[in-house]
Amino acid sequence: MLRWWLLALATLVLVAIAGFAALAWQPSLPPAALPVTAFDPSLVARGRDLALIGNCNTCHTQEGGKAYAGGKPIPTPFGTIHATNVTPDPETGIGQWSLTAFVRSMREGVDREGNHLYPAFPYDHYARVTDEDLAALYAFLMTRRAVRHEAPPPDLPFPLNQRPLLAGWKLLFLKAGSYRPDPARSVEWNRGAYLAEGLGHCGACHTPRNRLGAEIASEHYNGGEAENWWGPPLNASSPASVPWTEASLFNYLRDWDPKHGGAVGPMAPVSHNLSQVGESEVRAMATYLTALMGPPSGERLGRTEAIAARPDAAPDPRLAAGERIYAGACATCHASGGQVPYTVNSLAYHTTLFGPDPRNVIQAVLRGIRPPEGAAGAIMPGYAEMLTDGQVADLLDYLRARFSDAPPWTDLERKVREVREDIPPTSGSLGGAQVESTPDLRRGG
Amino acid sequence: MIRISVNGYEHTVDADPATPLLYVLRDHLALNGAKFGCGLGQCGACTVLVDGKAAFSCLTPISVLPGRRITTLEGLGTPEEPGQVQKAFIAEQAAQCGYCIPGMIMRAHALLQARPDPSEAEIRAAMDPQLCRCGTHMRILAAIRRAAREGAVPSYVGTIEGTRP
Repeated sequence: MLRWWLLALATLVLVAIAGFAALAWQPSLPPAALPVTAFDPSLVARGRDLALIGNCNTCHTQEGGKAYAGGKPIPTPFGTIHATNVTPDPETGIGQWSLTAFVRSMREGVDREGNHLYPAFPYDHYARVTDEDLAALYAFLMTRRAVRHEAPPPDLPFPLNQRPLLAGWKLLFLKAGSYRPDPARSVEWNRGAYLAEGLGHCGACHTPRNRLGAEIASEHYNGGEAENWWGPPLNASSPASVPWTEASLFNYLRDWDPKHGGAVGPMAPVSHNLSQVGESEVRAMATYLTALMGPPSGERLGRTEAIAARPDAAPDPRLAAGERIYAGACATCHASGGQVPYTVNSLAYHTTLFGPDPRNVIQAVLRGIRPPEGAAGAIMPGYAEMLTDGQVADLLDYLRARFSDAPPWTDLERKVREVREDIPPTSGSLGGAQVESTPDLRRGG
Repeated sequence: MIRISVNGYEHTVDADPATPLLYVLRDHLALNGAKFGCGLGQCGACTVLVDGKAAFSCLTPISVLPGRRITTLEGLGTPEEPGQVQKAFIAEQAAQCGYCIPGMIMRAHALLQARPDPSEAEIRAAMDPQLCRCGTHMRILAAIRRAAREGAVPSYVGTIEGTRP
């Protein structure tokens, strides 16, 4: 009897393994005939815009590296993944990939050789892209300069380094099928939804993820994170100080808006890319996202102006230390009433001071802000060397009380320390470098 | 009244705690090495060291400084006995109008304390916040390389007559 049960169990396990293997196995596709260069220039031009909307260059170009040649480390909660080389180099890039292989990678997350790709590459979004747009994107990438550059392998612990397991992840979280327009909505809304949900992959940073790293569908656009920055909600729960309008979101996505400021952190390259594509595409995305946020409640209208008009004097003596730092370090630019270029009227206009997560303010204070290479934009010095963790926490306590109507942030000093640990010691002025402490040898007096 | 430590001396300063360090250095302590350039932390002319790290004194309120060590250009050497980085800047004739040079020397000093043998890329990245409008960048870079060749930058804080409270 026992033997019969064991046999049945063994059979079941074998069937399960065989089933999973069949699910996980993907064929290697034949190499494309070389060279793949015959593309209609108008197709390449469309592909260029789509690549900018897809923000491909941000991950697939390493700092100081050649365009699209990969190698950039992408930090994830599971370990570090290195973006691949997507130039047409036949050995280290996608030079041997046919259009079929490219489409499979974008929709199913499988490379030409049949290996499963990690979902840091957002194929859960790219699956929504149409055949025509994928063909244009392919034409654009295959006409870039081929660069020989091998991206390092992912740095992931066992069992996450076993790529076949990704077949299970896909079974759970990857929905097939390109974008289906909603006939009840305008053409512009549908275009915006197609771009935002597909190539734009806005949800990757603005939707919370579950423990397996997949976006939680029921919490679409409830706010997420990227590279230790907070991605604000893009739905009706948006805490934006000034409610977004189509016009202001269009300005923000392309450059800078007088009621909101400009993009910083991981969003900065996104808006720099969007500043280079057709205005109608960005306007469509702004239309779609503003509709998701819906009309603002009455109490949110006009509150920003009221908060901005309050006096700068600390409302509570416990906030005096932060007020002094604001007065001495920040007010020169931020109390100029918008006179200094790329500053808004008052810090009360910034969404980050109203959100539940203080990381963006900590990041901006410690690292400072600078525009992407070659672009105009806000410049702010970083205060990592000038302010201690406790002093940054004092400053944020004051800013939160003075410039927002949201409850105080908690545990700020620890959060400042955690963000500071993330700043590489060689950035800018070698801020994190250790300097041996020096006694005051010749103290006078 | 706020107590701050500058170039090894303790000073008691009668100024609003929100006052930027630059004004206290120049107006209260007569230490005129650090310069006012933009007042916005974008040019580097006001750079001094706080606990050995380069900081814009125009944007550092004195309220955050008690218990920390401030070093200014005057703390690195004297006209008779210039410090290692100062000597290298003189040897390379790195100054034209000279307005940016104190800040350049302070940030170069901080760099060489943290990285005694920096690569060219590290020098350029570290000096990025400092602007020079005369265009003496090549000589400034040469001066920093020369200072690095001459060995470890001394980490003691010197003093000169006149900076005593």
